[in-house]
Amino acid sequence: MSDPVPFRPHVAGTQPAYDTPTYGSTHKRHPTQRALRIPHTVTETTGPMFSPSHYPAMPDISRFEGHMAMGERIIVEGTITDEDGRPVPNTMVEIWQANAAGRYHHERDQHDAPLDAHFSGAGRVFTDGGGRYRFVTIKPGAYPWHNHANAWRPNHIHFSCFGPGFATRLITQMYFPGDPLLALDPIFNCVPDEGARERLVARFEIGLTQPDWALGYRFDVVLRGRGATPMESPGEHH
Amino acid sequence: MPIATASQTIGPFWGLIEYPEWADLLRFGATGETMTLTGRITDGDGLPVTDAAVEIWQAAPAASEIFPAYGRSGTDLHGEFRFRTLKPEPVPGLGNFQQAPHFAVTIFARGLLKALVTRAYFDGDAMNDNDPVLCLIEDPARRKTLLARHEGADVWRMDIRLQGADETVFLDV
Ligand SMILES: [Fe+2]
Repeated sequence: MSDPVPFRPHVAGTQPAYDTPTYGSTHKRHPTQRALRIPHTVTETTGPMFSPSHYPAMPDISRFEGHMAMGERIIVEGTITDEDGRPVPNTMVEIWQANAAGRYHHERDQHDAPLDAHFSGAGRVFTDGGGRYRFVTIKPGAYPWHNHANAWRPNHIHFSCFGPGFATRLITQMYFPGDPLLALDPIFNCVPDEGARERLVARFEIGLTQPDWALGYRFDVVLRGRGATPMESPGEHH
Repeated sequence: MPIATASQTIGPFWGLIEYPEWADLLRFGATGETMTLTGRITDGDGLPVTDAAVEIWQAAPAASEIFPAYGRSGTDLHGEFRFRTLKPEPVPGLGNFQQAPHFAVTIFARGLLKALVTRAYFDGDAMNDNDPVLCLIEDPARRKTLLARHEGADVWRMDIRLQGADETVFLDV
């Protein structure tokens, strides 16, 4: 049997470092030893397949039991491709977010802002054959956190993507254009490369906007491509 | 050429997508050699990490309609995760190498801006000595951090230290 085709290493500067002093929670949680580079085997190049029969889609979280959630209804649409521009079909995308007031429907969120009985904040969809996905939700509010004095997270939606292998697994956050909190946010700014940061910001698109219904935002996600170049030899960093 | 999207932390509120049944890989009716994989995640102060999402993937036995081969477990107030699954089988490595039975383990948490990836092997498995990944780790004490130890019955434990003297070996995949 021939060896599986590995995924390409990440482009330098486009991913955050574990040790990011401006984000306090990294202090006691970042490893101090350099990660051991290993060649990709079937363990890394294969990954879970989720069937909608076991994992039902939840594409519209702007309403709950027939009641509309409070806030600004939005459509979030995008394409998931790999680094060669190939669509990633039939892959699961999970989202979770705060409500319009900036409060998560979660016991650990003690922010003094109202809960919304008609907003759970968690959704799930699958990409179609062209890698496209689409959610209907409400625009999440900004919320305070205790990282530093007067710290506020910019409006964001958490995204969880899988792709074809366990090594393409990605958890990220989608931000909104023009948010003045982005410049102040250590989590957004942990990504060194400016272009890579900007790609975390969704684009408003009038073409995705539905008249008399909801604003449309585009958020495209790129997962790692298959390696055209062989990986560096194992253990090289040691 | 597009470049892969940057990772961001899973944050403290990922519980909104926590489905405890996902930690039971036997829930769709898979049968075979069943086992429990458990462990405790601690930080640089030795304190439990109580808000992590731990995911496992195993290339064998193969995934099917009744066996997802993938699971997700939160950590509890003691930092413990726990999976029910089928015992992994050996899988091919590169070339003619065989890999010892193992899980791929991925950890997401507040304070982790990108996933930590490691593997869980089985202490005492004769194939470990020739496993291509374990053989990359020269220091026996470091290598041991990837070995789950038998706790009796079908329970295996691999504790994970994010930082410190006995830090787990994490993998750059
Ligand atoms: Fe958040």
